[in-house]
Amino acid sequence: MSGKLNLAKKDFVSDQEVRWCPGCADFAILATVQKVMPELNVPKENIVFVSGIGCSSRFPYYMNTYGIHGIHGRAPAIATGLKMARPELTVFVVTGDGDGLSIGGNHLIHALRRNVDLKILLFDNRIYGLTKGQASPTSELGKKTKSSPYGTVDRPFNPLTLALGAGATFVARSVATDTTHLAQVLRRAAAHKGAAFVHIWQNCPVFNDGAFDEWSEREVRDDSLLKLEHGKPLVFGKSKEKALRIGDGFRLEAGPMTGSALVHDETRDDLALAMALAALEPPLPQPMGVLRAVQRPTVDALAREQEEEAARKRPPDLRALLHSGDVWTVGTN
Amino acid sequence: MQDQTSARTPRNLDQAVVRFAGDSGDGMQLTGTEFTREAALHGNDLATFPDFPAEIRAPAGTTAGVSGYQIQFAAHEVFSAGDQPDTLVAMNPAALKVHLADLKKGGLLVVNEASFTPGDLTRAGWKSNPLTDGTVEGYRVIQVDFDKLVTLACEGMGLPAKDVQRTKNFFALGFVFWLYSRDTAREESSIRERFAKRPDLAEANRRAFKAGYYYGETTEAADAPYQIAPARLQPGTYRNVMGSTALALGLIAAARQSGLRLFFGSYPITPASDVLHELAKHRQFGVTTFQAEDEIAAVTAAIGASFGGALGATASSGPGVALKTEAIGLALMIELPLVIVVAQRGGPSTGLPTKTEQSDLFQAVYGRNGESPVPVLATRSPADCFDACIEASRIAIEYRTPVILLSDGAIGTGSEPWKLPDLEALPRIDAKLRTDPEGFQPYDRDPETLARPWAVPGTKGLEHRVGGLEKDATTGNVSYDAQNHERMVRTRAEKVQRVARTYPPTEVAGDPDGDVLVISWGGTYGSVTQALIDARAAGMRVGHVHLRYIHPLPLDLLTVAARYRNVLVPELNLGQLRLHLRGQLGMETVGLNKVQGKPFHVAEVRSAIEKLAPRAKEIA
Ligand SMILES: Cc1ncc(C[n+]2csc(CCOP(=O)(O)OP(=O)(O)O)c2C)c(N)n1
Ligand code: SF4
Ligand SMILES: [Mg+2]
Repeated sequence: MSGKLNLAKKDFVSDQEVRWCPGCADFAILATVQKVMPELNVPKENIVFVSGIGCSSRFPYYMNTYGIHGIHGRAPAIATGLKMARPELTVFVVTGDGDGLSIGGNHLIHALRRNVDLKILLFDNRIYGLTKGQASPTSELGKKTKSSPYGTVDRPFNPLTLALGAGATFVARSVATDTTHLAQVLRRAAAHKGAAFVHIWQNCPVFNDGAFDEWSEREVRDDSLLKLEHGKPLVFGKSKEKALRIGDGFRLEAGPMTGSALVHDETRDDLALAMALAALEPPLPQPMGVLRAVQRPTVDALAREQEEEAARKRPPDLRALLHSGDVWTVGTN
Repeated sequence: MQDQTSARTPRNLDQAVVRFAGDSGDGMQLTGTEFTREAALHGNDLATFPDFPAEIRAPAGTTAGVSGYQIQFAAHEVFSAGDQPDTLVAMNPAALKVHLADLKKGGLLVVNEASFTPGDLTRAGWKSNPLTDGTVEGYRVIQVDFDKLVTLACEGMGLPAKDVQRTKNFFALGFVFWLYSRDTAREESSIRERFAKRPDLAEANRRAFKAGYYYGETTEAADAPYQIAPARLQPGTYRNVMGSTALALGLIAAARQSGLRLFFGSYPITPASDVLHELAKHRQFGVTTFQAEDEIAAVTAAIGASFGGALGATASSGPGVALKTEAIGLALMIELPLVIVVAQRGGPSTGLPTKTEQSDLFQAVYGRNGESPVPVLATRSPADCFDACIEASRIAIEYRTPVILLSDGAIGTGSEPWKLPDLEALPRIDAKLRTDPEGFQPYDRDPETLARPWAVPGTKGLEHRVGGLEKDATTGNVSYDAQNHERMVRTRAEKVQRVARTYPPTEVAGDPDGDVLVISWGGTYGSVTQALIDARAAGMRVGHVHLRYIHPLPLDLLTVAARYRNVLVPELNLGQLRLHLRGQLGMETVGLNKVQGKPFHVAEVRSAIEKLAPRAKEIA
């Protein structure tokens, strides 16, 4: 892309009235995405937002770009086809915890495995919002919802370990209430060439209010969140007085920041560190930021290369193709 | 001895039906296709019917594992693979058990007697040896010890006995080549090519093939050998083509004719996988094939590609189409082109994966939630798949709609000579991509086709959003308005109805009026056509309409049908087209229905016609 496009946040705001409940954290995510878009310096006609079904999946209607509001769970697959047909486009996927991890779990893991060049934003409110409050695959064990009045009996997914396990080349987490951090993570995701998975904590004040308070509230967040920075020690606490290190039994453990701490490295080829961070459980802090960012060829580019290579070797000739194999001629007499 | 080997003069025949049958591991499909290729190159018209089990290797020697391949080849036009073989090659007792009943009385039965051991007989479920207990009486039996003769042929090569025994199918092929006076030189070079990487196996198979041929020359088969002159096909260049190959080539051609890239998303399923296999070979045409994680991903990826301005296509069979259903609804709601090829097989559920059936018409026409009309076409034969794909794509592109193209297992795996089309004569498809932002409304419609603009990402000023929620009739924005919903439902229905305006007049074969009109569709084309020829030769007044367009039905169909006293609808289901004709047109018809996973015999259709049409001489 040559030259700076003169785009502003308002260029990405569509003429549609936004219909989320008052106080929904989706508003903050939308505003942050719209704010970050001009920085990508991509003409908006080259941007497509693809979503599934859910409150979060209404997102494309509010972006003044191309967009598809698809069917429940299938956004990663729709986007894969789009990206393979048009590798030059910038394609975002917006999905929810139900959309992306329940009905569409299969498509999500395969899009990550294939490393399709997609930016996948998973809005996790740990509940089914649009269908009015049933348990989701990220609802904590024992959670009482409309569909689980006695509490859920199934364990939730950890979206980060799931994405890492599926082979995602970029995995990050942020939270809708910290829009500065969210914007940073979105910029990183957009810059990543390959499947970028961004897990976003998103409060649903109507059906699951306060789902992330234990980590993200002002009074607790310094101790309960671990802000990841590439090449920097893994430290947390009000004055960064606590650090993570490798303890006995191949485990991460927290202790006072004395001497050396484990240093974060997003680019590690093996999954050991990213997985260990992704799997941290309270009382250890929850990781925020980029866990993994590695470069691998994308499926859309590989497929296109195969086509171009084939065309170089054998220029397309439909007549020759039809006439291949054993051909014979019947004369006119 | 030398007198016997002197060539006998072949007897001329008009046509013959040959069936090769053996264990799945015996290479019967290969034997059949090799014989077919030679028949095609010889200039015969032909039709084939491969019939194989769902299991890759069912227990050897059992009837469950029997694989068959039938070909009818002739000096005249051929429409079906034939009802009853004139010659049956049975490689083992199980093949004999499954296929003997089909052999024409007095037909030629070629068996490998080495495989009729007590163990083989028991595995195949014979209580006593059919070769000696009178079972094969009434047939002309040629009993040969294939095992011994291939061993002798390969003597001195130093090949393991296992490899030598694997050449038995070429021995059988050689014999049948002799039987129908075929050109051995061509086959020998084909064998060399096929086994180019293993010259020792090439030589063994070539020797077995020749041994089979020579065995024929020395045998005392009454009145054999035969010869069948080339058919007087229309002048042109031909090749033999399988249905699934022609489907793939048709999609490539449709993309070329419309100037679009082809994106094909698919998940393997019998009998649709071969379309994926074929397309995957032809990347140089800008063909993107995507083996998805499931059928839902396959079709939704194709929809994504269509949104991006490609021709999105997918193929599957019944169970897979069931999974694609919701996505087809999305495509019709967002009004984008999408071609869905349905290779029908025996259902419901997993049903009979490798057997043919026509029971997915309802699924195609009616099987979605909401008022969700979709044009549905059917292909009638292997070569016809090419044209059918282009026509399905034309409708999909011009009307911005998903289109279902019904094929079936027998069409996909069957083959026939294909008169290669003149590329210049292929229809052009105008994709009419919208580029002008002036006055752009995503759901504005073309006054004639009612198609909405196809505005693809990358086009400045046309940024817009589509989705499965009901659309405002002009802006395409989400609308819950009651009147708008009804208007949109009716508009989508009207758009699909208007596709019928572009059909050519319905073609009637046979008598233009009379006692019976046969209305058929899909893979029954061959049997019905032949039955009609036979019935008319016997003096009946019958016409035949073979439907390309299942939905919407041709506008002139009722008028055509009114010229006959009865309408017969033969189908390999319990009457789905019949109910469709009644529902859509109020047409009363008589059904002929068979659901055995097998095509119609010509005789079955003919006798159904006879029941409705008094013979001319009976009237007189
Ligand atoms: C095939 C199908 N099944 C079920 C639904 C109903 N449905 C709509 S949204 C949804 C759950 C959405 O939850 P989530 O993805 O977490 O999104 P949120 O609303 O919480 O943002 C369900 C079950 C549907 N639209 N389609
Ligand atoms: S239900 Fe919850 S997630 Fe959905 S819009 Fe309302 S607040 Fe947001
Ligand atoms: Mg949710």
